[in-house]
Amino acid sequence: MNVTVALVGAQTKLAQFGDTSVTWILNILFYVIFVVFIFYGQRIQMYVMLREVEVSLYKLKFIKEEGRKTAIETVKEIGKPQTDPTDRIDRFLEYFTIGPQNLDPAGVVWKLEHILDVRDARLKDEVKSMAPASDETQVNNLENTLEAASALNFIYKVIRHFYLLGKKTLSLYVIMQIQMILPLVMREAEAYASALKAFAYGQPIGDGAGALVAGKLMHGHEIRKLEKDCVVATVPYEGRTAFVIKAEGPGGNVGKPGDAIKTIIEENEGKIATVIMIDAVLKLEGEALGEVAEGVGAAIGGPGVDAYKIEEELLKYRLPINAVLIREDIGDTVSPLRKEVFDSADKVLERVKQVVLEKTKEGDKVIIAGIGNTIGIGQ
Amino acid sequence: MNEMSGTSATTTTKISSFVLLVVFITLALSLVALIFSVTIIGENSDAAWILLALGLLGVAISTYVLVETRRRLSKLKITVPPVNTTIECKKCGVKNVREFQRGDYIFKETEPCQKCNDKMLITAIYREVKEKQRFPF
Repeated sequence: MNVTVALVGAQTKLAQFGDTSVTWILNILFYVIFVVFIFYGQRIQMYVMLREVEVSLYKLKFIKEEGRKTAIETVKEIGKPQTDPTDRIDRFLEYFTIGPQNLDPAGVVWKLEHILDVRDARLKDEVKSMAPASDETQVNNLENTLEAASALNFIYKVIRHFYLLGKKTLSLYVIMQIQMILPLVMREAEAYASALKAFAYGQPIGDGAGALVAGKLMHGHEIRKLEKDCVVATVPYEGRTAFVIKAEGPGGNVGKPGDAIKTIIEENEGKIATVIMIDAVLKLEGEALGEVAEGVGAAIGGPGVDAYKIEEELLKYRLPINAVLIREDIGDTVSPLRKEVFDSADKVLERVKQVVLEKTKEGDKVIIAGIGNTIGIGQ
Repeated sequence: MNEMSGTSATTTTKISSFVLLVVFITLALSLVALIFSVTIIGENSDAAWILLALGLLGVAISTYVLVETRRRLSKLKITVPPVNTTIECKKCGVKNVREFQRGDYIFKETEPCQKCNDKMLITAIYREVKEKQRFPF
């Protein structure tokens, strides 16, 4: 609009100086631009959007290729395979999981759990066979690396699909919807790119903040394994008995805290004063990284199977549940642990102590569960 | 380049020929406008000033687009931040900070302490990031 006004102004001004060739050129230019914008304005806008998506697609392609390269190099370096694993890794990157049919939602959680178990076992077997020299911790780290590379591959393919579809149909709405969510998609892709390196090297990530707190509490105490991929330590804590639970580290692993909490509650016949869950949570823009928040409810992400199991068990014995959360950005959740998050572990310990002192009395039993990927964090 | 930190780039860092064509056409037209403005400055000074302004604007816009496109492409890097490992001796309190090495994990027992010969423990692994921007709210 401003351009049109300026051009009209310039044209009027020039008209005062007679019919010079410059006036004619500007006159024609004005009418051409006017006509072009009337008939092709939307199309020009569409091409600008397509161009923006194309630039991001180049970036995504680069990130995806880097992910694939990192995965191949890591498998070769750690797994020492006899043959070239490239084809198998390419197949792995295309691996998919079909969710359960939820037309009749009754029992869908168990069906979902079964499918996730099958998927997990299948992926582990694949990794073990493509990296035969790796131990259990390395298998978990490699699986996480390949999953991050697979996520990047998927993001790239979806954005490419909408870009090509938009180009083919020249539909403003197809292009617009992908262009609008692009900044968020790019943030996620960049987060996975940093996760790749962290997984490949076995570095602790932001998501492991809960596991870190649990690790600090249980370190130096006797540890017992629980189903599945979880560990528990019985810790004397402020005159109470604390059952501290986390996924078994230091390999990349989230375990099944739902089953672990259920086992402990059943072993104690429901005589638990309170359950405290510690986890990382996505922060809103403007909130400080590593800020600690407190509340109630099952603090656990993922597909919902573990949250469901915990809620069912708590309901059975009418047990209270408290949550202590550490605020993090999506990028920080999957990239190497930041100092702010590491430092917040001590603040969380203080909060947990406060909750235990306020909500329970001496001699009580409490469950403290540190949720999250325990990569790079032992116990 | 260190194994655990650094950057990597790729061959996808090329500028689209369409963008280059548009930029160079704009640049050429702007230069023509600038030359034309200089030649007519004696006959029609108002028109010459307008052409001069348009020419300068065109040169500025096309240069900006070219620089911006190159800047965007140069951003195509995956930066791996340096991660540090802190090793502590629980007995005498000696603390060492070194770069992360593959196989390190928090609560791992490492080499004996040089001072008291007790086993040292990895107590922290993290990266430090300097925040670029702080908002007042």
